[in-house]
Amino acid sequence: MLDIINLAKTYEAAPGKKRQTVRVPTLDNISLQVKKGEFVSIVGPSGCGKSTLFNLISGLERPDEGQILLEGREITGEKGHVSYMLQKDLLLPWRTILDNCLLGMEIQGNSRGQARKKAHALLEEFNLSIYEKSYPHVLSGGMRQRIAFLRTMLANKEILLLDEPFGALDAYTKSEMHDWLMSVWHKYSSTILFITHDVEEALFLSDRIYVLSARPATVKLTLAVNLPRPRSRKMLVSEEFIELKGQLLQALFEER
Amino acid sequence: MKRYGASVGFFIFMLVIWEAVVRFFGIAEFILPSPVRIGEALSETSALLWEHSLQTIIEVLWGFTLAILAGIILAMLMGLFPVVKKVLYPLIILSQTIPIMAVAPLLIIWFGYNLLPKVIVVALVCFFPITVSLVEGLEAVDKDIEKLLLAMGASPWQIFKTVQLPGALPSFFAGLKISATYSVMGAVIGEWLGASKGLGVFMTRTMNSFLTAQVFASIVVISLLSLIFFGLISVLAKFVMPWYEQK
Repeated sequence: MLDIINLAKTYEAAPGKKRQTVRVPTLDNISLQVKKGEFVSIVGPSGCGKSTLFNLISGLERPDEGQILLEGREITGEKGHVSYMLQKDLLLPWRTILDNCLLGMEIQGNSRGQARKKAHALLEEFNLSIYEKSYPHVLSGGMRQRIAFLRTMLANKEILLLDEPFGALDAYTKSEMHDWLMSVWHKYSSTILFITHDVEEALFLSDRIYVLSARPATVKLTLAVNLPRPRSRKMLVSEEFIELKGQLLQALFEER
Repeated sequence: MKRYGASVGFFIFMLVIWEAVVRFFGIAEFILPSPVRIGEALSETSALLWEHSLQTIIEVLWGFTLAILAGIILAMLMGLFPVVKKVLYPLIILSQTIPIMAVAPLLIIWFGYNLLPKVIVVALVCFFPITVSLVEGLEAVDKDIEKLLLAMGASPWQIFKTVQLPGALPSFFAGLKISATYSVMGAVIGEWLGASKGLGVFMTRTMNSFLTAQVFASIVVISLLSLIFFGLISVLAKFVMPWYEQK
């Protein structure tokens, strides 16, 4: 569904006051693929250019080389095809939870009444409708991320990009969020591209994992995670899991 | 009211000391009237004060409305078009360095002894905090949320109305509050320089007659009016931004 082919991006940076610029190659020959309904993760050392990849896919920036295809059609540099979610929930403090969920549909010009109905139904389904009329600041971090995810889903885009969405949560809340995310993903078979540096998180959630190298980032390893679904916490200590984790860690740390 | 308890207590304490000093040293009333005398002056001249206040209130309301309109229009233009900001912003700051005491007589020469010059003085004093706070509020938008909307395919206008404008409200109201405290003073300055009615006129007349207690009475009224305007805006802010006050 999403095909990324030989993507490369170099930035011109001007360190200090001098006019001369330095070329910072950030992405180099990145190819990856996300099929419809698949959960794919990207793991890499911090500062390796994951956010750049993100900006390229969402159309906020253009690559120097390479193509991005969605269902076979080129969307390189085009905005409006993905919706994403960050570590910051980015909920608008002046909107109620329900109205926050409408954001994506509003941008597309849908009627507010219809959008409300849709958002309400989804909140109801996940037992979150009690918060509908509350403002974001009364909710806990985990709850806010749930709302942020539902808002991302309701934007009705082909692909959901999640950039370390649970990075700021404590370990317990984080695993709760994993279970929750899995249940939503099963139900709606969304297509998700997930960025993280948490190896266990990537293994627990994904169908496939791409390991990126340090800058300039290249694809270091592609790992299929064939653990059965639905996944449980028990699998975290299974032999297969540990074996996969070993491979991932090795690929990541060969770098240093 | 509880949170102002300490301030009110201290204020009363100061008044008591003031009263004691005036009585103990037998200070003449035309130099420094005691708080009790000021209170008496307030009640003796209350009808007259009210009449003059009404005139000032009308000037303030018109001037304030004009300032808000000018502030919103200017800030929106500067927020939407960077070129406009580049040209206008320094000039707006420059406008604040012009002494209002010098401009007010000119306004009276140009527009006469009627309401208009005072309204303009109030607007001149008030538009600056409103404009600046709104411009800064519009600029303080979270870059990440802007990017999120862009990625979803939002137009600049959609970003402006869904994120920038509501996000600028707290800052806008902060500017309004500052302006509210200046507004009455602006009207009084306008009246000093030529008017037949208004608190500024009352003040000049009583000052010239050495009715110092009455001068203080008019100061009390001016402070009260400013506080009332400030309070009204705070109430309005709570009403418009329930999400902000809950924090």
